[in-house]
Amino acid sequence: MAGNVPIQPNTAPNFQRKPSNAEPAWVRVILITISLLFLGLFLVLPLITIFIQAFDQGMKVYLAAITDPEALSAIKLTLLVIVIAVPLNAVFGVAAAWAISKFQFRGKNLLITIIDLPFAVSPVIAGLVFVLLFSTHGLFGEWLFAHNIKIIFAVPGIVLATIFVTLPFVARELIPLMQAQGTSEEEASISLGAGGWKTFWYVTIPNIKWGLLYGIILCNARAIGEFGAVSVVSGHIRGLTNTMPLHIEILYGEYQFAAAFAVATLMSILAIITLVIKSVLEWKTKKQYSNT
Amino acid sequence: MSIIINNVSKSFGSFQALQDIELEIKTGELVALLGPSGSGKTSLLRIIAGLESADRGSIYFGSDEITDISTKDRQVGFVFQHYALFRHMNVFENIAYGLKVRPKKTRPAKKDIDKKVHELLKLVKLEELAKRYPAQLSGGQKQRVALARALAVEPKVLLLDEPFGALDAKVRKDLRRWLRNLHDEFHITSIFVTHDQEEALDVADRIVVMNGGKVEQIGSPEDVYEHPKNPFVYDFLGNVNLFHGRLDNGKLSQGSVQFQVEGVQHQQDQQAVGYVRPHDIIISRENNNKDSILAKITHIHVVGPIVHLELKRADTDEFLEAEITKEHFRSLDLKVKENVYVKPSQLKVFFPEDYSI
Repeated sequence: MAGNVPIQPNTAPNFQRKPSNAEPAWVRVILITISLLFLGLFLVLPLITIFIQAFDQGMKVYLAAITDPEALSAIKLTLLVIVIAVPLNAVFGVAAAWAISKFQFRGKNLLITIIDLPFAVSPVIAGLVFVLLFSTHGLFGEWLFAHNIKIIFAVPGIVLATIFVTLPFVARELIPLMQAQGTSEEEASISLGAGGWKTFWYVTIPNIKWGLLYGIILCNARAIGEFGAVSVVSGHIRGLTNTMPLHIEILYGEYQFAAAFAVATLMSILAIITLVIKSVLEWKTKKQYSNT
Repeated sequence: MSIIINNVSKSFGSFQALQDIELEIKTGELVALLGPSGSGKTSLLRIIAGLESADRGSIYFGSDEITDISTKDRQVGFVFQHYALFRHMNVFENIAYGLKVRPKKTRPAKKDIDKKVHELLKLVKLEELAKRYPAQLSGGQKQRVALARALAVEPKVLLLDEPFGALDAKVRKDLRRWLRNLHDEFHITSIFVTHDQEEALDVADRIVVMNGGKVEQIGSPEDVYEHPKNPFVYDFLGNVNLFHGRLDNGKLSQGSVQFQVEGVQHQQDQQAVGYVRPHDIIISRENNNKDSILAKITHIHVVGPIVHLELKRADTDEFLEAEITKEHFRSLDLKVKENVYVKPSQLKVFFPEDYSI
């Protein structure tokens, strides 16, 4: 029977012989040096500086800064915002990418443009839009006041502004991915008797899980660090409407540098943790794949 | 499960993909939809599967109209041209998928699913590769997995969209044989789409020749090859040489020679074109019966056991293609630039007014 050529896993011996069409050594050295310098200067140095400055006045000041009640409420608010904004945007991103890549419908291009809107707009403007809509003098101001609903200068406003600003991340990550993957696996699933929902869970989601994870990580990072839009809508009410970035700004404005950097280390640690989780998941999947 | 296609039409925007297709496929038949790109054959197959819907017309499986029934309820097995295997599932899980997603009531027990999958793996001879992922398989292996996956749900109709198009020649031939044997054993009503006439002639019980959204001819491989209804079918199913001339009283006249034509005695003198297959061209060194045409050999091309000759006619400067066996070639000892005499052993005649040539 044809096709009995056994498939060899990648067991080719690892010769380190230089292929004849590689760049000359000096080009490689220069390019690598430039990349490392750039990374070092703009990424590693600032990160190290944050930690150095945070412990500048000793451990006691560091601990006092991060257990300060206002700092704690800022941390809680940031976490609350992430817990609401990121899942919502993930669901939206998956739904929008799925609709765009698997179907033809009128208004498709409009949807794609709208998804890109938050990137085109300055975050400050984004915050201003919400103020214009929901503040007491805004478009819906009277209705909201009558129903005693506070959006601006309150937590809902912060959540809304963050959702707006981080809206595109998951969708933009998934749309090209799903478009490239096409619809044939979904069609195969349907032809085998699976309905839409089952096809989505068993076929579509597993195929996009890495794109989805990466989009969520980007969304998460941006949501934690969002400053401009949140600053406009929050009102900076200490202990109530300050997220971590806002709290850091306040501390820095009051010349409490060590405290400011201390809170900044928390944000950096959050970022490092998400990256570590991502790497671990990738490594585990690679292991599972190569075991077959 | 017989299939009846009634007046099906489909257009994509301004492009008319299918026009009033009428087709009946008997239970257990293996039918080929044959045609060039854009002929509508894949659109028709996808409409039968339910992956596209027809603009007009109806489709019946047996006595049930299924025009408005969704794909997942039609119980068809579909094999895609590029396999469409689930890339994140291994071979075993791919084949088991159709059974796994059944609603709880009709879903077989896990051990029954396992048994069925193993049977199918044995059938397609891929038992050792059950844990492999699609990315680790060759094209032929992927196609066999796709077939096994489609067969797992015991479909009433098997639909294959250019199943061997993306494979190399040897694998294609083997899989063709294998599909034919499979069909002989299981007798599932099957339709496959192809643009390769050799494949259609080799495998199918009946061939539906399509062109530009219409059906040109339906018949057994013998029928469509020996008795093509029009020049398109003739040309599509093999190479053709054209002899332009006048047909009178059963003879096609071309300048100084006349060829006997079967079955058209009643036609009066009119313009006609004779169609001759390359292997129906007889080559000889002498013109004994004064019924052959002088031609010069311009090209000799040996392909395995057949020799392809390109010849230029002395009277009209038209080119002819001939195919002769290697032994015949050696016995005649032909060389390029030599003059020989050619005549058709049989030809089919079509009239220019009826068809645009």
